[in-house]
Amino acid sequence: MNRLGSLAELEKLRKSIVSKKDPKKPCVIICGGTGCLALAAAEVISAFNQEVEAQGLVSKVDIRVTGCPGFCERGPLVVVEPENIFYQRVKPSDVAEIVSETVGNNKVVERLLYVDPETGQRIVHESEIPFYVKQKRLLLGNNSLIDPENIEDYLALGGYSALSKVLSDMSPEEIIEEVKKSGLRGRGGGGFPAGRKWETCRNAEGDIKYVICNCDEGDPGAFMDRSLMEGNPHSVLEGMLIGAYAIGSSQGYIYVRNEYPLAVMNAETAVKQAEEYGFLGENILGSGFDFTVRINRGGGAFVCGESTALMASLEGKVGEPRAKYVHTSEKGLWEMPTNLNNVETWANVPLIINQGADWYTKIGTENSKGTKIFSLVGKVNNTGLVEAPMGMTLREIVYGIGGGIPGGKQFKAVQTGGPSGGCIPESMLDLPVDFDELTRVGSMMGSGGMIVMDEGNCMVDIARYFISFLEGESCGKCLPCREGLKRMNQILTDITEGRGKEGDIELLEDLSAMLVDSSLCALGTSAPNPVLTTIRYFRDEYEAHVRDKRCPAGVCKELITYSGLVLVDSLYFFTAANFAAAIVSRLTFSVSFPLNKSSTSI
Amino acid sequence: MSMGVEQMQEKVTAVLDKYRRDKGSLVSILQDTQSEIGYLAREALMEVSQGLDVPLSQVYSVATFFKAFSLKPRGRHLVNVCLGTACHVRGAVKVLETIEREAGIKSGETDEELRFSLETVNCVGACALGPIVIIDGKYSGDMKIDKVKALLENYR
Repeated sequence: MNRLGSLAELEKLRKSIVSKKDPKKPCVIICGGTGCLALAAAEVISAFNQEVEAQGLVSKVDIRVTGCPGFCERGPLVVVEPENIFYQRVKPSDVAEIVSETVGNNKVVERLLYVDPETGQRIVHESEIPFYVKQKRLLLGNNSLIDPENIEDYLALGGYSALSKVLSDMSPEEIIEEVKKSGLRGRGGGGFPAGRKWETCRNAEGDIKYVICNCDEGDPGAFMDRSLMEGNPHSVLEGMLIGAYAIGSSQGYIYVRNEYPLAVMNAETAVKQAEEYGFLGENILGSGFDFTVRINRGGGAFVCGESTALMASLEGKVGEPRAKYVHTSEKGLWEMPTNLNNVETWANVPLIINQGADWYTKIGTENSKGTKIFSLVGKVNNTGLVEAPMGMTLREIVYGIGGGIPGGKQFKAVQTGGPSGGCIPESMLDLPVDFDELTRVGSMMGSGGMIVMDEGNCMVDIARYFISFLEGESCGKCLPCREGLKRMNQILTDITEGRGKEGDIELLEDLSAMLVDSSLCALGTSAPNPVLTTIRYFRDEYEAHVRDKRCPAGVCKELITYSGLVLVDSLYFFTAANFAAAIVSRLTFSVSFPLNKSSTSI
Repeated sequence: MSMGVEQMQEKVTAVLDKYRRDKGSLVSILQDTQSEIGYLAREALMEVSQGLDVPLSQVYSVATFFKAFSLKPRGRHLVNVCLGTACHVRGAVKVLETIEREAGIKSGETDEELRFSLETVNCVGACALGPIVIIDGKYSGDMKIDKVKALLENYR
């Protein structure tokens, strides 16, 4: 493959790739994202390869392994084109039938079709699946069309045409104006206007500037960036190229967390192929613009998702943040002006350049433009990735797209923004999803994690979970975060284990205020959010734990009480040793005398 | 699976050369070193310190800061249990406790026969399929307490 030396050569190549594609040729599209791989998709893929060969169909059907389209609950996912037939929960044992019936005979395998729970109808085509239809899949929609290990799939869709446009038609200032006009705000959690950040970086003093893609997605429960990086890494590269050109940078970094081996691999493949084709390196497409990208892996530290900590780790140091009186866009990596953006932010850039800022601003709300990908997980029927226009309500996402709570249970809360965000109760389900609206109620958009909880989740336990997570991840540099989280964890653990005291809730609020005011970085300042929102909206649960030593949700095992069963239990104890041993090891019996509120463990 | 000191030093030298002895690549160097040797042995860290001309204390500082690094030998099979929020909400803690009982070790430990090393990780990004257990890079989604024993028995 000769490096493309000009924009004209790129267009010629693109035409040739598209002309070789036959839209009528059968293609089996299989999701090979991490989620489906966890459900044995690798065996499904190899079964298809074997079966297609065994049935003599190798030249008649293509097999495309793609990134995550988002309907993770129903994986492994298979779509057969050109009829767009959607199969879900496919097992290796189903493959032979799919190949002979659907690929060979154009017949549908009924039992593998998705059944709409609302209508009871089987749905044949992927384009009619309600879960997808109700979304606005500007970014995720491309995942099924691309084999991430093949740059030509990206080119066939018009990939790198935004880069061409920028290199031929737009000055750096014009690019920055366009991004500013689009209203694109950072998708990693900060929500800072991207165009403004680019402008500051461009205007900062210094000849050497860096561009970084933050793929350290540390929020537990969030996997949007993983799916973008695994499924469409070139969209991120193209965004970075455009940003680097606008800012005046020739060196970029992609920082992928260690826990995403497939994303690392696909990013590396994409960079290599981009170099081969001439999209990275020197004199890109004959424009005189140079840009190279290095990929670094994280080391398992949540705090390295914070920009200054990330940069410290890129410098070979411990991932400790620093105070941001001086922005990283002025002095960042190696003290040079550095522009760091999240994966999803970068992926939006080619879209904005190709379609224009005016088009982009029509999507979303006044202050939050475009779409946002959310990871809708937890106690919800359709768990997976949801790409919604800003402004869609939480109710529409959780119920309309998510299909509501499984098992007929009652919705309790939805946690947005990961450990930096807060729990939003049912009374606020009609809130539009928007950076400022979510912040107004004490939570935040964050990176897009959306964890649904039902009546079986204890909000105090959830608060304890987040604080305990953050305590472990705290870098330890500043006292408020290091000591404050430790103390909050102790108090919350005491409360969940029946040792809560009057005044504990107020103490948690005090400590929270201290952390918000004086922590060095956003890990500390946003850590109290889960605690403060759960106290604000579920204070009664805290009080039940502290005053009545009771866990209304029945989760905190030290507080689970059985009354009036002492005699029956002793029978169990003697007659069914295993059963009793199981109970004894898990529960604490409480004898309900009016005077004695303490628990005795056996 | 114990490696002699000389062999360790050779491996470290190769890694250092790959990264052109760039001090800024310390984290990547340690990651590759751990892949080669299995853990970050003291001798390896000393070699890194000398090769990069970085104080040993700084090398240790970085090696102990990041959760991905282990300063002790690890078992033949690395068991990772995801304790991310979505998995937590679906009962990951009980899965972890069951594994701890079956394997006889607590999270962060390696058993005496060096069969299993058990770690927890805060989210691997397969949240829709939680709880997730990863053994030797192989993901098992939708993990339940009664599936644990059978799963571990596959790994000797």
